[in-house]
Order: sequence, then C-alpha cells, then structure tokens
Amino acid sequence: MSKRHILAMFSNFEDAEAVIYELRAANIQGFNFDDLTLKSPIEHHEVEVVLGERPAKVQWFTLGGALMGGLLGFWLISGAQANFYAQMKGGKPIVPLPPNFILTYEMFILGGVFISILGFLICAGLPAKRSPLYSSMVSEDQIGILVKADESAIANIKKVFLNHEALEIQEEAGK
Amino acid sequence: MEKDIREDIAWAKINGDVLKSLENPRKLYWVIIFAALAVFGVGIGCEVYQYRTGMGVANLDNPHVWGLYIATFIFWIGMSHSGTLLSAILHLMHADWRKPIYRFAEAMTTFSLMTAGLFVMVHIGRLWQFYYSLPYPNERGIWPNFQSPLLWDAMAIFTYLSSSVIFLYVGMIPDLAICRDHLHPGWRKKLYTLLSLGWEGTDRQWRNFRVTYLTVACFLIPLAVSVHSIVASDFAMSQQPGWHVTSFPPYFVAGALYSGCAAIITLFIILRYVFKFEEYMTLPILKKTVRLTFAIAMVWTYLNAVEFASVWYSHDGASKDVLIQKMTGPYSFAWWGMIFCGSIVPLILAIKRFQTNIPVLLVVSLLLNLGMWLERWMIVSPTFSHGYYPWTWDHDQWPSLVQWGMVFGSFGWFTLLFMIFCKVFPSVSMYEVKEMVYHRSLHLKKDETAEQGAH
Repeated sequence: MSKRHILAMFSNFEDAEAVIYELRAANIQGFNFDDLTLKSPIEHHEVEVVLGERPAKVQWFTLGGALMGGLLGFWLISGAQANFYAQMKGGKPIVPLPPNFILTYEMFILGGVFISILGFLICAGLPAKRSPLYSSMVSEDQIGILVKADESAIANIKKVFLNHEALEIQEEAGK
Repeated sequence: MEKDIREDIAWAKINGDVLKSLENPRKLYWVIIFAALAVFGVGIGCEVYQYRTGMGVANLDNPHVWGLYIATFIFWIGMSHSGTLLSAILHLMHADWRKPIYRFAEAMTTFSLMTAGLFVMVHIGRLWQFYYSLPYPNERGIWPNFQSPLLWDAMAIFTYLSSSVIFLYVGMIPDLAICRDHLHPGWRKKLYTLLSLGWEGTDRQWRNFRVTYLTVACFLIPLAVSVHSIVASDFAMSQQPGWHVTSFPPYFVAGALYSGCAAIITLFIILRYVFKFEEYMTLPILKKTVRLTFAIAMVWTYLNAVEFASVWYSHDGASKDVLIQKMTGPYSFAWWGMIFCGSIVPLILAIKRFQTNIPVLLVVSLLLNLGMWLERWMIVSPTFSHGYYPWTWDHDQWPSLVQWGMVFGSFGWFTLLFMIFCKVFPSVSMYEVKEMVYHRSLHLKKDETAEQGAH
C-alpha cells in the first residue's frame, strides 16, 4: 500500500494534544503512531508525554566526543614530549602530568562540544530537505501535525483533524 | 511587582518586531556604524604604521614588553564571559528573564574573543609568526613548551572561541528558520535558508536541540572559568612581583564576569533604543541585570582586597614595593581610577531608583568598564616598571600614540562586528521569548483558576 502525508495546522497545543490522543485511541488501520510528527514554533515539554517516549541520544555522542578529545589531546602532547626524550630534562619527568592535564582538559571540552553538535545534526536529521508538506505558520504561532499513513487511512485521519477544527489541511497529491 | 515581559504579546508580533529590526533600525544605527568604522580605521592605520616601521613605534621595550596590548587583550577576553554567564549559567538556573537578552550577550562573547585574538598578533609584531603560539607537535623542530601557560592560553582561547561560535549558531537555528519563512526573497532569504539547515520545528528536532543546548551549556561554564584562569596563570605562574598570587585565577574570573555584565548593560541600552526593542528588553530585566552586576562588583572588590592583603602581609618586599608604587607612583592616577570606577561607582547600582534610570546606567556601565580596563593595565605595567632588577626601576613607560590608537581601534572593530551581526541576525531570540510568554501565560491561567477555586 502506498504511503501518503497529510498535515493539519492548529492554533494551540491543547487542540494538537487532543488530536494526538484521539489518533492514538482510534487505532486506525494503516496508520502507525510512530509516523506522527508534531511541528511547533517552540519547544513543548508536554509533547513527550503525549507522543510517548522518544529518547534523545545526543549525550552518547557527547560522552564519546569528550573522551576521544581528552585522549587525543593527551596522546598528542605526551607523544610530542616523549618523541624528544633525548632532550635534557634535568631529572624532571619526560611526560609531566599536572601541566599536561590543562591541555587534556581543553581538548576534552573541545571534543565534547564538537561531537555533541555532530550528534545533534545526526539525531535531529539535519541538514534536511524541506518535507513534502510544510506551513510557514509553524515558525510563527501554529502547531502542525504531520502524519504518514497508508492511502486507505488518510480519510479517517482527516476526519479526526476536521473534528478538532484544524485551521488548514495540506495533503500530498495521490499517485 | 513589575513583569519582565507582557504575557499577552502575540507570537506573530514577536516575529514581526524582531524581523523589523533586521530591516529598519533607527538612524542612530548608521551613526554608530560610521563612527565604529572611523575608530577602526585609526586602529588599522596604527597597525600598518607599526608593521612597516617596527615595534619601536609602540614604545615597547625591555622590560615593558607587553604594555597596553596585553592589558587590552585581557580586557576583551574578560568581556567575553558575559555571554557564558547569561546563556549557560542562567540557563542552568532556569532564570528565564535572560531569554530576550542572551543572544546579543553570546554575540558579544564571540566578537570580544575575536578582538582579543587580534592583540596577541599585534603585540608580537611579526604577524606571520602568530602560529608559533599554537600547540602542535614538534615535527618542525620548534619544540613548543607544553608547560607554558601562554601555550595553554592559545589552546583555551581557540576552544572557547570555536565553542562559543557553535553555541551561538546552534541556538539561533530555530530563529533562522523563522527568518527563512517570513522574509521576502533576496540574499537574506538565501542565507537563512542555507543556515537554518532545513529546520522545521519537529518534535524530534526540538528534543535533540534541548539536550544539545543543555550539554554545550554545561561544557561552556567550566570552559569559561578555565579560559580566564589560564589567562591569570600567564601572570600568576611567573615569578614577577605582584603577579605571583594564588588568588589571581578567581580574581580574573570575577573581573571578567564584572566587565561582561557592565558591557551587557551598555549594549542593552543601545540595542533597546536602536532596534526599538522596548517591549522585550524591559526595565525589570534591566533591573535584574543591574543587580547581578552589583553583586559581581562586590565580589570583585572583595577579591581585590584579598589580593592587596595577601601582598601586604606576605613579607615579600618586592611585591609590596610594586603595590606601594601602584598607589603612589607614576601610575597612581590609573590605580585610584580603577578603585573609584570599579568599587565606588557600582555603589550607585545599589540605589533602587537608579536601577532603571537609563541615562545613569549608561554612564555607570561605561565607567565600570573603564575601571575594568584600568585594572588590566594596572596588572601589566606597574610590575614591569618595578621588577626584581633595579635597572627596571627607571623605566617608567608611557604607551605611545600607536598603542593608544590600536586600543581605541579595537573598540571600533568590536562595535562594527557586533552591530553588523545585530542587523543580519536576530539579536533577540524569538522562539525563547515565545516560550517565556507561553509559560508565563500558563502560570497566570493556573493562578487565576486557583483564585477562582478559592472563592
């Protein structure tokens, strides 16, 4: 069965939440709840309760990036120092840990920040092409619900949108 | 109690007002841009003259090898801490009044760091050898000293600058999408389309955005502290009298937050007028910033006292001589100026009726930063003119016009970058102001419902 997109715009979060609850409860054939996307002008914490758990994984990138950065930093510095161990150090350690800690620390942070951003881009799916249905009102004051479903389910979904007085409905042209 | 912001501002109006600021600022904007260009031109002229003639024209000699260049470098590094304070620290503390003003503070961080970096290049004279200060391995046989705070400095500032630019950019993505969606076609729209990376405000994007922003904020706080501690180590890890003080790192960090906050007040007042942001940069928010500045001013004053006391009672004759020389010698006017501007003038901020008096606050904030600049000068020069070797004692050095010109020019460079940024990118975070308005209106509704229930 071919899939189609449908987007409905609502004037506030309460309406959008009500629609999501109804779509979940309606158990419409050909519609998987995970294919529902909420688009909003601001971050809305309550959305997580409504949509169910969809965890973010950026923190794993952060951990990996920070550890990699720190290790790389220490390896570069101590590698450069040990490379020249023939250099007279007057009995002082060839790889002195306390001063090396500073640069390791800076590299730890640098790695953490850079890889977090990489993780953000990967996890958030950015950069992205404009999705097939979009309304610029999402970046102003309206809340959008974008649904991907089988062609047979679209009519039922649209009915739910209309019941909740959607301000605008956009549909992908049928194939 | 006055409200930080009205809860009934329509979200469309927030977009409209901020987008208008990108196109129609007041005429004063252009006056500032031309003044900044002229001032920057003076700096460029001085640098070209110094580059062609030699470092002698700066009147830098032995022992005065740093002069105003490094003093001003520290000043600009310090200024950069305000963005971190407002974006990261206050973000973690859920102080939502920061939302309308943190964007320009972050921009200030970035441009201050870019300005500070110039002074490192300017003071070495041989610009093409700037990269010698970067920590990279020894294949070329130049053997960088990984134990030197100067090298840590280069790495710390690079990390801070790149992280700040990323933090500023990532935090701006939802706003860039607003600009993309609501501005007329043209170069701006193309730019915003490219930079917004296809942001559509999906729940997946917001969820990951929140975690990333929080994570980077958590990194930026220790990073900012480490940057200025390392700058302090440039001094404190040397054996020079007056510098070898344990309290230097916290003293520098407090000074950095102080000058950054004072600069936020100055720019708050200017942007509020120039871009007609009276509804977003409100007087209650200004009042909170003023109170924060006052608190930090008192911390700085305390740390100053600690520094003086630790030198005075340390039985270190040379350091004590430098302190006495600061108070009574050729630099005394600047030292007392620092005490006056840094510790006496901020007392005005404690008086309630001045906490929202814009002309007074503009003057006070400029004086505070004058005091903070003098502080940095008083850290660098007096020690050089009264070191351990007696031959340094008759080397009182007065900076040449070239040095003054370059310091002057740096303000033009910073202002130019900052004002161009505010004209090209939204200097008020639209989505965060919407969040602020949304959450406050929810609270209001809850309170009203509770009140009705009680009746």
